[in-house]
Amino acid sequence: MSVAYINARVIDPASGVDHPARTSGGVLTDGTKIIAMGPDIFNGGRPDDAEIVDCDGAVLAPGLVDMRVDFCEPGNEHKEDIQSGSHAAAAGGVTAVVTLPDTMPPIDDASVLEFVARRARDAKLVKVFAYATVTRGGDSDEIVEMGLLKEAGAVAFTDGRRSVANAKTLSRALKYALAFDTLIVQHAEEPSLSAGGVMQSGELSTRLGLPGIPREAETIMLDRDISLVRMTGGRYHAAHVSTAEGVARIRAAKAEGLRVTCDTAPPYFALNELAVGEYRTFAKLSPPLRSEDDRQAVVEGLADGTIDCIASDHFPQDQESKRLPFELAEFGSSGLESLLALTLELVHNGHLSLPDALAKVTSAPSELLKLPTGRLAAGAAADLVIFDPNRPTRIEPDTFISKSKNSPFDGRLVQGRVIRTVVDGRTIHTIDS
Amino acid sequence: MHSPESRPYIPALMTNAKTGPSVPNLPTEIPFPHRHLLGIQDLSPDEIGYLLDLSNAYAEHNRARGDKLDLMRNKTLINLFFEDSTRTRTSFELAGMRLGADVINIAVANSSIKKGETIIDTAMTLNAMHADALAVRHSNAGAVKLLSEKVNCAVINGGDGSHEHPTQALLDALTIRRRKGHLQGLLVALCGDVAHSRVARSNIYLLQTMGARVRVIAPPTLIPPAMERLGVEVFHDMRAGLEGCDIVMMLRLQRERMEGSFVPSVHEYFKFYGLDYDKLQHAKPDALIMHPGPMNRGVEIDSDVADDIDRSLIREQVEMGVAVRMACLDVLTRERDFDDQEATS
Repeated sequence: MSVAYINARVIDPASGVDHPARTSGGVLTDGTKIIAMGPDIFNGGRPDDAEIVDCDGAVLAPGLVDMRVDFCEPGNEHKEDIQSGSHAAAAGGVTAVVTLPDTMPPIDDASVLEFVARRARDAKLVKVFAYATVTRGGDSDEIVEMGLLKEAGAVAFTDGRRSVANAKTLSRALKYALAFDTLIVQHAEEPSLSAGGVMQSGELSTRLGLPGIPREAETIMLDRDISLVRMTGGRYHAAHVSTAEGVARIRAAKAEGLRVTCDTAPPYFALNELAVGEYRTFAKLSPPLRSEDDRQAVVEGLADGTIDCIASDHFPQDQESKRLPFELAEFGSSGLESLLALTLELVHNGHLSLPDALAKVTSAPSELLKLPTGRLAAGAAADLVIFDPNRPTRIEPDTFISKSKNSPFDGRLVQGRVIRTVVDGRTIHTIDS
Repeated sequence: MHSPESRPYIPALMTNAKTGPSVPNLPTEIPFPHRHLLGIQDLSPDEIGYLLDLSNAYAEHNRARGDKLDLMRNKTLINLFFEDSTRTRTSFELAGMRLGADVINIAVANSSIKKGETIIDTAMTLNAMHADALAVRHSNAGAVKLLSEKVNCAVINGGDGSHEHPTQALLDALTIRRRKGHLQGLLVALCGDVAHSRVARSNIYLLQTMGARVRVIAPPTLIPPAMERLGVEVFHDMRAGLEGCDIVMMLRLQRERMEGSFVPSVHEYFKFYGLDYDKLQHAKPDALIMHPGPMNRGVEIDSDVADDIDRSLIREQVEMGVAVRMACLDVLTRERDFDDQEATS
C-alpha cells in the first residue's frame, strides 16, 4: 500500500533537496520504496488508496546511518543485543547501523557475519550492516579473508576499539584492501602510549590522581597511518577523532589528496574533560574526553568538512561495569538515542546548516561505506526519519530503550525529537510508541 | 583565621570528657559542615585550622597520658582497608579506641571483597551494620568517594589511589605547626614520586591553603602532567630545589617504579634524589625532615638523616597521626549542620 507523507520539510542532503512543508507535497512511497518526492507532487491529488501521514511541518529526511555502534552480540548480550540495539536505533531515528566486529567471537569469518545478519533479519527493525576485523581475532598480525568477507557482506574492515598497532600489518591490510576497493577503519590511538590511561592527561587527571592518556596517542597513530596511506595508496578512515591536532592531521592529509576520511562522535563536539567531574564513570570514554580547545577544533572540523561523518559510538555497558571506581569502570556510553538531538545542537549553535548536519549522519557515511540507504530519491528504499528539530527535550538515560542506561549527557537539555522512523516503508517507531 | 567561637570547644571537650559519659556545654555548632573527610581540596582555611587546633588538643591529651575518652562511646568505627597498611590502620584503630569507640578492622585479603563483591555491595553490607564512621583505604582514586555516596555514616579517606590522603596532610601540618609555630610563609619541598603520591597532592592543597609555598623535586618521569597548574614550583635538581627550604618532605618511592620504568635504578635515584647531608645543606640550616613512611632507607633517604633527632620529625609525625585521627573521628561523628549541597549525596 502506498503512503503519502505530506506537510513535511523534505531534506535530502545527498541531492541538496530542501523543500518547504506543504500539504500539496512531500514524499510518496509504494510501501517499500520511494516513488516520488517534491513540494507539489500531490497538486493533482493523492493516490486514492494511499495512507496519508501528515507530518505537521516536521522535517522528513533519510533515516540516520550510524557507522559505529556495538550491539554486543554474540558474546555480551547482557549489555545489548541485536534486538534491543535495533529498537534503540529506531527510537533514535536511525534506520541503518554498522556494528563493530569486536564481539565474542569476533566477526573475522563469514559464519559470524552470517549469524549477525540472521539475527538482524529476525529482529526486523533497522538495517544492520557489519564490519569485519582487519586481523584474525581482531588482535593479531594476520589479515582476514577480506575478499570472502566482503562477498559475505562486510562493509569495511576495522579492529574496532583496538588499533591495528603493528605498522607492517596495517600497511599490508591497506594494500590488500585495494584489491577489493574496501575501507580500513582505524581506532587511532597508539596503545603503548595510552596503556593504563583512563582520561585525558592534564591538570584534571593530575588533580584526580588518575592515569592520563595524552593527545599524542592519537596524533602519533594518525601520523603513522597517514604515512602508510601515502605509501600504499590505500583507503583509510579514522574513527572518532577527538583532538585538535588530529583534526589538523586529517585536514592536511585531505589537502594532499590522500584517500583519508574520518568521523567523530557527539561527546567530542559537545563535551570536554570537565564532564568527568568527580569520577563520573559515565564520562569514561575511549578516546577520552579532551580539552575545550580540542572540542572547538572538532566543531570547526565538522563545519569545514574535514570531519566527514558523525557516529553515535554507541558502546553499551551494563550498570555493573560503570558502578565502579573510575579506573576499574569500562569505557563507553549509550549513544544511539541521543545522536540526532546532539547533532542538531551543531545547527542550533550555528555551526552547521540543517542539511549539512544531516549529511554527516546520512549520506556521508552511506557513500563512504557504499550502503544502499541514506538518501531520498525515486526508487530508493523508503528509509525515513520524521523529526521536529526544535522540540525541547531532556536526555534521560533511564528512559532509553537500549539495555545500556548510561550517558555522559545525562540530564542535558537539547532540542529535537524523533516523531517517526520508517525502514523500507514500514514504520518501526513513533513518538507515541 | 578561624572564628574565635570554636576555641572554647576544645577546653570544654578536654575537661568534660574526662568527667564522665555525659558531655554538656558543647557548642552545637561545629565549624565543619562536611559529612565526610574525603580530601583536603574541599576544605577552607578555617576548617583546616579548626581541625588542627582540635588535633593539637588531642596531641596534648595523649602526651599527658590522659584518660580514655568517651566521645565515641556506643559508636562503631570500621577500618576498611582494601589496600595493605599497618601504620595508618593502627593509627585509626588507636584513635577510635582512645575516643571510646568499638573498632573493627576489615582486612580485604580474607573478605568477600576479594571474591568479587563490588564496593557498592560492601557499602550496603556496612549500612546494615550501622557503623558510625568508616576509615577507608583503596588503591583506586575516587573509590572512597564512591563508597561515601552509598553509606549512611561518616567516611574518612585513608588514602585513595594517587588522589588524596587528607589525614596524612593534616598530621604533617600539625607536626610542622608545633615545631615552627605556623604554616604561613614557610617554604616546603616535596621530594620523590609526586606523580603517584596522594600524600603529595593532599599536602600541596593543605599547605597552599594555609599560606605556605610548595616546591616539588623529582625526576621529570615522576612529575604528573600540568603539575605547575597546581601552583607549585617544579625542580629536577635537588640541590637547587632545596635552596632556602624550611621543610624537606620525602615521599616513598615504590619498588616497582625504580627498576627501569620510571627511573633507571635505585642506585641512580639515590645519587640524585636521595636525601643525604650533602644535599640537605642546601636547605635552611634549621630545615626539618619529614617522611610519611614507610621509609626505604638508602633509596629516598639516608639512614643517618632519617634518624637525626635534631632534624627528623618522622617519629613525631606518627604520634600526631593518632591525634589528627581522633580529631577527625570526633568531629565527623557529632551532630552537626551540613552544607546544603552535601546534605544528601
